[in-house]
Amino acid sequence: MRTGVVVFPGTNRERDAAMLLQRLDGKAPTMLWHTETTLPALDLVVLPGGFSYGDYLRTGAMAAHSPIMAAVRAHAARGGLVLGICNGFQILCETQLLPGILLRNNHLKFNCKFVDLRVENTRTPFTHAYAQGQVVHAPVAHGDGNYFADDATLNDLEQNHQVVFRYGHNPNGSARNIAGIINKQGNVLGLMPHLENAAEPLHGHVDGATMFASVLSKMAA
Amino acid sequence: MPADQYQIFAAEHGLKPDEYAVLVRGLNRTPTLTEIAMTGAMWSEHCSYKSTKVWLKQLPTKAPWVICGPGEGAGVIDIGDGDAAVFKMESHNHPSFIEPYQGAATGVGGILRDVFTMGARPIANLNALRFGDPAHPRTRQIVAGVVAGIGGYGNCVGVPTVAGETNFHASYNGNCLVNAMCVGLARADNIFTSQGAKLGQPVVYVGSKTGRDGIKGASMSSAEFDDKAMQQRPTVQVGDPFVEKLLIEACLELMATDAIVAVQDMGAAGLTCSAVEMASKAGLGIELNLDDVPQRESGMTAYEMMLSESQERMLVVLKPGREKLAEDIFKKWALDCAIIGHITDTRHIVVTHKGQVAADLPVPLLVDDAPQYQRPYDIPQPPAPLDSGKFPPPAGMIVGDVLKKLLECPDGCSRRWIAEQYDSLVGSDTAQGFGAEAGVVRVRGTQKALAMTVDCTPRYCAADPVMGGKQAVAETYRNLCAVGATPLAITDNMNFGNPEKPHIMGQFAGAVLGIREACLVLDYPVVSGNCSLYNETKGQPILPAPAIGGVGMIPDVAKTVPNQFSEGQQIFLVGINAGEIGQSLYLREIFGREEGAPPPVDLAAEKTHGTFVRDAIRAGIITACHDVSDGGLLVALAEMAMRGGCGATLSYAPPTPQHWFAEDQACYVVTTTQPKALSEHANAANVPLTHLGRTGGPTLNVGAEQLSVDTLRLFHEAWLPNFMEPQG
Repeated sequence: MRTGVVVFPGTNRERDAAMLLQRLDGKAPTMLWHTETTLPALDLVVLPGGFSYGDYLRTGAMAAHSPIMAAVRAHAARGGLVLGICNGFQILCETQLLPGILLRNNHLKFNCKFVDLRVENTRTPFTHAYAQGQVVHAPVAHGDGNYFADDATLNDLEQNHQVVFRYGHNPNGSARNIAGIINKQGNVLGLMPHLENAAEPLHGHVDGATMFASVLSKMAA
Repeated sequence: MPADQYQIFAAEHGLKPDEYAVLVRGLNRTPTLTEIAMTGAMWSEHCSYKSTKVWLKQLPTKAPWVICGPGEGAGVIDIGDGDAAVFKMESHNHPSFIEPYQGAATGVGGILRDVFTMGARPIANLNALRFGDPAHPRTRQIVAGVVAGIGGYGNCVGVPTVAGETNFHASYNGNCLVNAMCVGLARADNIFTSQGAKLGQPVVYVGSKTGRDGIKGASMSSAEFDDKAMQQRPTVQVGDPFVEKLLIEACLELMATDAIVAVQDMGAAGLTCSAVEMASKAGLGIELNLDDVPQRESGMTAYEMMLSESQERMLVVLKPGREKLAEDIFKKWALDCAIIGHITDTRHIVVTHKGQVAADLPVPLLVDDAPQYQRPYDIPQPPAPLDSGKFPPPAGMIVGDVLKKLLECPDGCSRRWIAEQYDSLVGSDTAQGFGAEAGVVRVRGTQKALAMTVDCTPRYCAADPVMGGKQAVAETYRNLCAVGATPLAITDNMNFGNPEKPHIMGQFAGAVLGIREACLVLDYPVVSGNCSLYNETKGQPILPAPAIGGVGMIPDVAKTVPNQFSEGQQIFLVGINAGEIGQSLYLREIFGREEGAPPPVDLAAEKTHGTFVRDAIRAGIITACHDVSDGGLLVALAEMAMRGGCGATLSYAPPTPQHWFAEDQACYVVTTTQPKALSEHANAANVPLTHLGRTGGPTLNVGAEQLSVDTLRLFHEAWLPNFMEPQG
């Protein structure tokens, strides 16, 4: 199992993702600096949360044009797995590896709290260890998590079962309560909630770890 | 320039006529304008502690586990296994009132730098906020800006904000208080300080470029506000949390090498204060060439550069030969890095700019000869205790009505609207955050955790500063014990009015005496701190607020307990429900009276009860714990019910209904499934224990009243969001 975690200047949840991957996988992921133009051989690339380049432009917009994202795009095109969490999801949308965009929360405030997420599609490498419709308790921590796309795109996402996680109570105005989506090919997942922060008894909730365990077991298989 | 113009310039930079005379005598010549400004900053209350030093010296600062006490960027304590906790609290009151978002944001930035300058990775932030009367026209705007500023900075740098407290009172209408605390983790054998620079070593500037922001900030924070306060906006700095994040990573990377001799962040009085302090601590001199200072704007003068309080900057003294190593690391993080001077043996700070000497001042004159005042003080006599028996709930109000009113009043309501704007979880190590007794953050890679809390009850301090000082320390002690932690040390953030007034100086002196006594009895030293004086507007002082930040250690984080009810538990009170209601929230909110003596603090009882609770938590006998504070016993019980979503039936019948709302000290509400073991332990420890009832069901049953927990929560959660975001 070969995993990598991308670090942009301003990324701040890379250690959260790395700590969990190390615990579940038994070995540390490779940390990947934003200026790198090629990736080592990897099965999974994680784009963690944070404020890449300060996010003073649209969230994720600068990172989408960083050197390493060309390499991540190539990795995805080869069928490699990509997981974007929070700022990582925003970057995937700005890179157009995923459709749509993340707007400012409808209440205009940063919001950190635990929410209920429903697993809508378990036929993905990231969610196969969940039960269909399972409710996972995990936190959101973002100011720009309000997923938006035009109706045609949203209908397309629904029809192709690309909506993977949906909020029980919408915390940010997200279209159709969308919390996370996958690309058509099924190898690039983006989601706003931090399942890595609901992954051990210390966090009070452990079901977030299942997403990481899913993807690790998929690759081991 | 005529001589009187120099005096006016000196006064504008905070130097009183006699202080200016000391400077002229010390130099034996007329100082340059830059020298006057630098001296004004160094001798400001903010930098020199000239009114408070004589008092602060009396605080206990030593214990076997203290690695570094007050005087450096932050205090350092040993937490075993070679780990150290590094922490400090600092105010940013004046800037936050003038420009709430940036004032609060840069307050967070400043305290983070104090901590990572010592070689620690920041792992948690806390804050203590005091705002004006909700009815005052500016209060809402200040709350919104301060909260967004703290969140905007802390969330971006990726340090979780795990605890805090907020009060509202009309005395803060013209002068809010924003106190920010940061806790970091370091290796005990790799602590960095501003000491130890040697002759000839290069002085390196790293971080953001210097601009014209924050000039004279230190002097601004050392004077009262008047009608022109808002015109001081240019003295407020603007923060860039993204650069701070880069600075944290770059500094920690450099600190992992052997390159650094000494390091100091540029906070108040920027380049002046950091350079002077480094030279002073080395017993040497320093020479700076301002031509090499990275500058954001063109045409900056020596005066502007020496006084600028631009954020996210540090001064580092390197081992000769390590300049390239440092440069490479800072380049990787896209930060400026420039050699701007070197250490000399002249004991002078010499500043040159464009080939001219702009300042040449003896370092001892700026530091050791800084004015120190033994200001006249008048510690107020404590008021007589109130006859609590005279204040039963008013006619027409039953206990449940009083409870609802206290749960929904501005000082008693839920702080969710604030707390959810802070990322409390980044780092994956937060075990307890918002709403807990104390923030609990794991020491990564271990089973240990640090517990941390900030507390102060200004209304007690106003009535009786000595008791109020004691109470603030005792409340932090209690909150740490309530999560199973051993309290180790505190940081103090002393917020007071104008020290030139004897009754204000008396409040300060009284609070120090109270803090001192509590620290001595509880074996709980002060390792860092900050004073903020002149918190007055048009002569109206604030309620004094000696905010205390406490830090403790939990050996096994799995054994910490929450402060919420769960089904099937027996409920006990540790301590005595004595019924003191002087200065209580009950008296203020129900009767509109701020009177009487605050509840007395028995420090010996605090120690015994705290130790008992902590031991019983670690032994697995206590399943939940909440201390009794604002609003008293019934408010504590209701909070445990609301947080757990679980009611209780209370069999305890207090001597009078108002006993439910007495803010008696050294009291904890605990739950257990092992009542026998708990009483045996309590008997053995000689701790008073009273059975209160048992948990279960959807209602809190008090006497004949059945109060729905869901309804109580509606009251508790309503006020703050309605105030901040009124509908319609």
